[in-house]
This record gives sequence, structure tokens and C-alpha cells, in this order.
Amino acid sequence: MNFDPAVFFAALTSQGFRNGALLAIALTFVAQLTAVVIGLVVALLRGSGNRVLRGTGWTYVWIFRAIPTLVQILFVWNALPQLFPALKEDWFSPFIAAWLALSINEGAYMAEIIRSGLLAVDEGQQLAARALGMTPSSVFRRVVLPQVTRVIIPPTANEFITMLKITSLASAISLQELLSYTQTSISITFRFAEYYAAAAIYYLVIVSIFMAFQAWLERRFQWRSQRGESGRLATTLRGLGAR
Amino acid sequence: MTDDHKLLLDPALLGPTEGDAGPLLEAVAIQKRYGRNEVLRGVSFGVERGDVKAVLGPSGSGKSTMLRCLALLEPIDAGEVRLEGRTIGVRPSGSRSVRLPERELAHQRSDIGMVFQKFNLFPHLTALGNVMLGLTEVRKRSKADAAQVAGDILERVGLGARAGFYPSELSGGQQQRVAIARALVMNPKVMLFDEPTSALDPELVGEVLAVMEELAREGMTMVVVTHEIGFARKVADRVIMMDEGQIIEDATPDQFFDRPRHERTRRFLEAVH
Repeated sequence: MNFDPAVFFAALTSQGFRNGALLAIALTFVAQLTAVVIGLVVALLRGSGNRVLRGTGWTYVWIFRAIPTLVQILFVWNALPQLFPALKEDWFSPFIAAWLALSINEGAYMAEIIRSGLLAVDEGQQLAARALGMTPSSVFRRVVLPQVTRVIIPPTANEFITMLKITSLASAISLQELLSYTQTSISITFRFAEYYAAAAIYYLVIVSIFMAFQAWLERRFQWRSQRGESGRLATTLRGLGAR
Repeated sequence: MTDDHKLLLDPALLGPTEGDAGPLLEAVAIQKRYGRNEVLRGVSFGVERGDVKAVLGPSGSGKSTMLRCLALLEPIDAGEVRLEGRTIGVRPSGSRSVRLPERELAHQRSDIGMVFQKFNLFPHLTALGNVMLGLTEVRKRSKADAAQVAGDILERVGLGARAGFYPSELSGGQQQRVAIARALVMNPKVMLFDEPTSALDPELVGEVLAVMEELAREGMTMVVVTHEIGFARKVADRVIMMDEGQIIEDATPDQFFDRPRHERTRRFLEAVH
């Protein structure tokens, strides 16, 4: 077997990999957070009583879910500056372009996830809050949103992880993230196994950190006075086992 | 309950105020339809200050819809809701009346307490948090202040020790008592109960009815949609029978249960007994 641990460890600890990973993480966070905001707006549009607004939300989801993510990235980077010369300036970097494309694309998926969260909140909740005399914005912030959040944590964590991985598509527009640094290094050294393995380790570590964060978040949203191992699911499973 | 028991209500808040001539809460020829379905077909009745009105009737007769209309949770198609003699939920606009904007409706709703069949407690808040929310969000009280008032009222419905528990950790009876405390803490002028014990296991019904009975005894004005004949007979000042979106009988409990005038009431009472 031809695997040189020295090359592997050198790659793992190299400045280039670290920078690439940090860039991927930064892009993941800004794109995913923007997508959550877009998703919330689009989900509310889709649930609106107004036909035009509902149609707008539906159209957004239709278009940006249908077009492949890579096509959207290439379009934003290459085609948008052609259509809008203002984007030919220096500030329109690959990072900005990837951020824009990934947020818009992911926003369509988040809209559906948040919509499912909104549908999951019992309508009696809003009724009770309104009966107390709470204003619509207060009802939404204090009663609906916390319950939506709980429901959408697992699917949103999924999306977060997917986002980390599709930031690698931005290598197509010369963003120096993890994958493009790996490719560049391989094109010089021709050590495929060592560099791909190092990149894989980075993705594994980052996703593990995300997962720990997800677990912490789910515990926070358990809504039990004694928070710990015995989540609602665990209790249910134990109950089923006892039968 | 004993005399040294702390009162649920602050007597100072219940005293007769100005405009005490007519009923405290009044429905005037309320009509409500969903599409082609006429749910309320001209419902009129009044509740005097301090009185308890029990509402009976088969399912689908419009009882819950009527409560929601009284609580301003549903717009009505015709008629009026009056609280202390003043029309609420709408403002005059020329010869017609238009529904108030949501913000003003919210303000008016805070004077009307509502208790639901399925409790509708907020699952993400503790018992204390549930009772506090109206104080902090609607009455704009400080957190510390609200926690004190809410803790006190939980104590009075017998749940002081459960203040830190979430709804999922409480029994149905405890949840409904928290829901009553949540409505009560707003100092409502009237409380509306929508089948408050229908979702409870039989052995838990008593604790909720006890709290309601105590409220009635202390002078709270209440409208109670219920299937609990015993409660209606014992606690109510007047009993109403609803059928197909109309009130077909409005009588004292004795009259209602012993000498119902309407054939439909007689048949209903035979069916539920």
C-alpha cells in the first residue's frame, strides 16, 4: 500500500487546509443563517391569506428548488455581472457570490421546513394567546416561534451539514475553500489518498462539532423541569419496551 | 373550602362599578356563518354581574362558536357583543359597524378570560411561565413583579409546588387549573369556559370543578359551556339550552332540569342523564 503518513499529517496540519476549513465554516454559517431568514419569510408568504403573496412564496420554492445548486452558483458568479455591470467591481468576490447563491437556494428548502414547523403548532396555541390579549406579533414571537424552533431543529441541522458539504461546489468559482485547496495540492503532488483523507478528516470533525451543538440545542428545547438523558423520546421508547 | 383559605379573587376588583344597570356581558342577536353553514342564528342573552350561566346543548349546536364570538376570537356576521353596556369588537362607521383592528381587539380581549377544553397551555413555558406571559406581554408588568403575582395565583389554585413544572409534566386536572390561573391573573371582568372538564379523566374532573365553584362563590361572572349536569344544577344561576344555533331555553336550574318547557331540552336531558 502506498500511503505516506508523513504527507497525510503535513496536509492535516497545513495552513492551507486550516484556512480552507475556516472559509467553508464561515460560508456555511452566513449562508445557512441567511437561508433561515429567507425561509421564514417565504414560509409566511406561503401561509398568507393573500393569493398574490401565497403565489410569490410558491414560485420562489418552485424555481430555486428546481435549478441545480451548481447552476445557481455559476449563474450568480458569471451571469449576474453580465446582467448587472455594478457586480463587476472588486467587492463581488467568489465568497460573496457563493454566499448569495447558496442562501437563495437553501432558502427554498428552509421555507418548506419552516412551513412544516408552522403547521405543526396546534391552532389552539394561537387561540389561547390571542384570548389573553396578546398582539399578533407578540403571539408569533412568544408562542409560535419557540414551538416552531423545536420542531425544525433536527431537519435544520441536516441542512446545516448539507450546506457545509455543498460549500465545496464553490470550488467551481475559484473560492479557496477546503476542496479547492485539496485539488490544488493534489495537482502539484499527485498524492490523492493523503490529501482526500485529510479533507475527509476536516469534514468529519466539523460535522461532529455541529452535531454536538444540535444535541445541546435539542436539550434546551426539551421543556422538562429535569433536563437530562430522559428526553421525551427516550421516555416513550422505554415505555414501549416495558409493554 | 374553608374560611381561612385564600381567596381566588381580589374582592376590591369585583365591586359594582358605573353602568351597573344592565347585564355585564350581553349577546344581542348574534349571527355567525362559515360559508353556507349557519352556526349561530340570532343568539341573544345576558349575564348579570356575579352570575354563572351554564350553557348546555348537543355537539354542533354552536356553543363553542358562541363563546369564541363573545371572546372576540371570531368576527360575527351580525348582532353585537356588549361588555358593561358598551359594544365591543367593532366601531361604528357610518350606518355600519366595522371590526376593530387586531391591536384594539387584543386590548379588549384581555378583559375576558377564556378557558379551553384542551387547556391549550404553552408547552414551552413552565406553569409559572404560562401564568406570567399575559402579565408581561399584555399588562407590561416587570418579570419579577409578574412572577410574584403568578406564583401567588398558582398557590391559590393549589399548584404552588408545581410552578416550575412544564405542562407535559402535569396531569390534565393540574393543566386545566394552570389554564384557569392564566386567565384569572389578568383580572378579567368575565370568564368563559369551553367544556373545561370534557378532556379530563373522570377522577380529575372534581379538582377543576372545585376551583370553578370557588370562583363562582367569590362572585366571578362566568359563562360555562358544560356537560356536567351536576355542576350546572348546583352552581349556575341560569341555564341555557342551545340547539341548531339558537337558544331554545333560558331558565333557572330548577326550572330547567325539573320542568323544561321545550321538548328538545327534555329529550336532551334524558339522553345525557
